[in-house]
Amino acid sequence: MSLTNPRTVRLAVRVSRPETTQAGGERHGGRWWHRLLSPLVLLLAWQLASTAGLVSAQKLPPPTTVWHTAVQLVTTNSTAYGTLQHAMLISLGRIAIGFSLGASVAVVLAIVAGLSRVGENAVDPLMQGVRTLPLFGLVPVFIVWFGIGQLPKVLLIALASAIPLYLNTFAGIRGVDGRLGELGRTLGLSRGEMLRHIVLPGALPEALVGLRQSLGLAWLSLVVAEQLNANAGLGYIISQATQFLQNDVIFVALLVYTILGLLTDWFVRLLERRTLAWRRGLLAR
Amino acid sequence: MLDALDLEIGAGEFVAMLGRSGSGKSTLLRAIAGLDDDVEGEVEVSGTVAVAFQDARLVPWKRVLANVRLGLRRPDDAAVARGALEEVGLWGHLDAWPLTLSGGEAQRVSLARGLVREPALLLLDEPFGALDALTRIAMHNLVLGLWERHRPAVLFVTHDVDEALSLADRVLVLSDGRIAHQSRIHLKRPREREHQELVELRLRLLQELDIDTKGATT
Repeated sequence: MSLTNPRTVRLAVRVSRPETTQAGGERHGGRWWHRLLSPLVLLLAWQLASTAGLVSAQKLPPPTTVWHTAVQLVTTNSTAYGTLQHAMLISLGRIAIGFSLGASVAVVLAIVAGLSRVGENAVDPLMQGVRTLPLFGLVPVFIVWFGIGQLPKVLLIALASAIPLYLNTFAGIRGVDGRLGELGRTLGLSRGEMLRHIVLPGALPEALVGLRQSLGLAWLSLVVAEQLNANAGLGYIISQATQFLQNDVIFVALLVYTILGLLTDWFVRLLERRTLAWRRGLLAR
Repeated sequence: MLDALDLEIGAGEFVAMLGRSGSGKSTLLRAIAGLDDDVEGEVEVSGTVAVAFQDARLVPWKRVLANVRLGLRRPDDAAVARGALEEVGLWGHLDAWPLTLSGGEAQRVSLARGLVREPALLLLDEPFGALDALTRIAMHNLVLGLWERHRPAVLFVTHDVDEALSLADRVLVLSDGRIAHQSRIHLKRPREREHQELVELRLRLLQELDIDTKGATT
């Protein structure tokens, strides 16, 4: 009888409630700056290890040195490196041209393959083949074909970024709900309207996943392409610094790559938030 | 599936088509809508055909208003679409995303999307099959109101005998790809469910549909 006593049960509920909500709140992330703590701790440990002489400042320059070098690279136009911002612009230019080229070709091919069996048979085997090709193994071939100028670098980036975007966009187009295609027919949509209103927006969620992977690969291939006989750009700074044994400069260049990579990733996320707002409606229910 | 089927629907006539699953009613509807290329035969409609599907079939990445405007080719399409949405009682949801709508609301958008095309023939493919009983009744009244104002011919596919009896001018029973039975209902709407004529017809239709009616007559 004592088990069914309503008073004991009520007491138990009253006690447990605030505890569970508090625990739930902590689990879901807490405050935003909590995510900054571990990187900051790492940075601090790195600095302390350097100043205490635990690691050689030559091999692993402390964050303060890296910062000073960065400031120096930005403010002075040295004969060895040029300026950091100039190198950054060169690298960004390569990424922009290579990526736009690769992305446009990928989307066009995905549409061709996605919309018809003939197109699929013509395009997809080739793209699947390119996908399995070891990308960076192509570098020497590209140099033989296209020389050592801008062209092989841009083409390598284009090829690298085309593949994930193609694969995901193609899968996205094939995954569009066929019933919406029927709807389009009953509404009398033209082929162009069907593409614009049904097929492409339907493939967009997957295409954006591909876009993110593409951007990642584009940056990776930029780093590889630039370290082979470049005469300007971030990769050139790295190969120069390697010769002069200036690890601090290498760290600055790597840092810039990272920041630019994060920026493009953030841009895609922004794009996702804007273009996939209709899905948030589902989550909000 | 279909077998030498001949069906004529008068202008502004409300026809309900009953049939068990597999009787060919979906095939017929898809053939009329131009969605089935394998069906041989002729479909003649003097005007446009609009369809409201069972799953409402709204384009999820288009807001409600854009869904209704989709494929509408007239200069005042936005105003017409707004008018239709107001008519189905969704004035406040013009900018809503389809995924946030309830089943009944989505069906009303689907009806508005059909209406703005000013169809000569409106095909309704079990549009209320997935709705709860109360929403269904509201939707019946809405459909009748829209039909009375716009007067399209309606082909209403359902497996609910009572739904057919309360809405249609003519009820067909499709079986094995043929029209196995048809009868006209001359009663005014709204109809009394227990009206003698309807009670008799209900029994008849249930028999045609091969449903055991013993014990279900009270």
